[in-house]
Amino acid sequence: MPKTSESPLPRIVIEGVQKTYTLRHSHSFKESFVARLRRKRTSTSFTALDDVTVTVHEGEAIALIGYNGSGKSTLLKLVSGVLRPDAGRVLTRGRVAGLIEVGAGFHPDLSGRENVYLNAAILGMAKEEIDARFDEIVEFSEIGEFIDTEVKHYSSGMFVRLAFAVAIHTELDILLVDEVLAVGDAPFREKCNAKIRELVAMGKTLFIVTHDLGMVSEICNRGLVLRQGELIFDGAMPEAIAALKGSR
Amino acid sequence: MDVNAFTVPGAGRGILDVVKYRYLLRLLIRKGILTRYHGSVLGWVWSYVKPAAQFAVFYVVMGLFLNLTKGIESYPIYLFSGIVVINLFNEAFGNATRSIVSNKALVKKIYLPRELFPIADVFIALVHFLPQLSILLVVCLFVGWVPTPLGLVGALLAVFIVAVLATGLGLLFGSINVAYRDAQNVVELILLFATWTSPVLYSWTMVRDQAPAWLFDLYMANPLTSAVELFHTAFWFPTTSEAAERPESLWLFTLIGLVIAVLCLVAGQLVFRRLEGRFAQDL
Repeated sequence: MPKTSESPLPRIVIEGVQKTYTLRHSHSFKESFVARLRRKRTSTSFTALDDVTVTVHEGEAIALIGYNGSGKSTLLKLVSGVLRPDAGRVLTRGRVAGLIEVGAGFHPDLSGRENVYLNAAILGMAKEEIDARFDEIVEFSEIGEFIDTEVKHYSSGMFVRLAFAVAIHTELDILLVDEVLAVGDAPFREKCNAKIRELVAMGKTLFIVTHDLGMVSEICNRGLVLRQGELIFDGAMPEAIAALKGSR
Repeated sequence: MDVNAFTVPGAGRGILDVVKYRYLLRLLIRKGILTRYHGSVLGWVWSYVKPAAQFAVFYVVMGLFLNLTKGIESYPIYLFSGIVVINLFNEAFGNATRSIVSNKALVKKIYLPRELFPIADVFIALVHFLPQLSILLVVCLFVGWVPTPLGLVGALLAVFIVAVLATGLGLLFGSINVAYRDAQNVVELILLFATWTSPVLYSWTMVRDQAPAWLFDLYMANPLTSAVELFHTAFWFPTTSEAAERPESLWLFTLIGLVIAVLCLVAGQLVFRRLEGRFAQDL
């Protein structure tokens, strides 16, 4: 495993984590009230993650794989803090940057430049850091002179490239990636993969959710396989892919 | 394992964290201001047109038809100085209530202190309050207004009370609005009442003369009542012959209003924090 720095403390600790979604069927007081009067169920629950325990160290590039509905995105959202576990605990050490969905914070009516600042700040960067990296971000995104154009005029490829460039240039210790590498054209994808490999080589921790097995087996050095909320495999990539294929 | 080296993702310190994220707050406010009138030809002119239209309607109906111009000296200034306070409250509270739902994409994907959204909306409302305030100042100066230091302190205090109150109520109703969209309809009702349950269109003496004492005290304890009266004291009163009756113990009611506003903020924050854990899954 490529590790540049050895630290006794892990980067991410996930201990006995459970997440149950309560799906509410009503969105108004009246509906809830009527349903309660009729003794109808106002909600159904569904366990997305059940007793998952994982420890991630520095410099590890982890692929989280599983079929739809296996709880991959839920686990990633628990690490990012968007969701909170119902049982167990999640701990992180260092700065977490989530590429959970590129462009979530982009505003179509603002220029590329303004969106870069807004999104980098959303990802937790300070003004000085953004100023220092701005040119690098623009260069990576290959947006060039369109940086001062409103984002709504961008092609979808440009949009995603800029969003990805912002996220990848944030100051981070842990990078969370959810299904975003399947964007852009082949050369840009290759550039992203190279950048991610660079981050891993620098000792950053990577946690990536994807269906693109070819790409993750190139980048990642550890695979986690989820099936219906349970962790069924934790180990080297080729075996993880085999475990995934056997889990259907 | 040394747990102190770790952080629990998603566990912030509520509005205290906003200080840490002040750069992002600034950008969110900027975004709100830049995109507000996007695609409209008149743009910021609307910030003048709307209060002007509102003023004209109230002036004709209340002032001329219902004869309040006779009962209240320089009624146009009386009316306008109250309207701007209520507009500030309505805009801040209304937008803050919808802020979590309208920032759904971010709330669902990335963790950041969610209090940022309602708070940014309150600041945006304060920025939009400035054009109205400047009109008020120009008109007042035109009719020979001489500001008093105490009056200006009162006006600042009024703005502060309104901002704190709107933030508190915005946190409260904004967080409930995530699971139950009824909340924004309740808020619309509150906003409708806000104009009429404070002495904006009429004089506070009318309430004193008509209502039982307890109801009048309740009326005066409304933070918006004291905010409006502080504005009257600062802007309207010096432009009159100063013969009109002013509420007794306005400063006491200001203090009560301030305490109520702070209590709303605390309650709003507590409820917000309780419900926040479910935001991402309920949206």
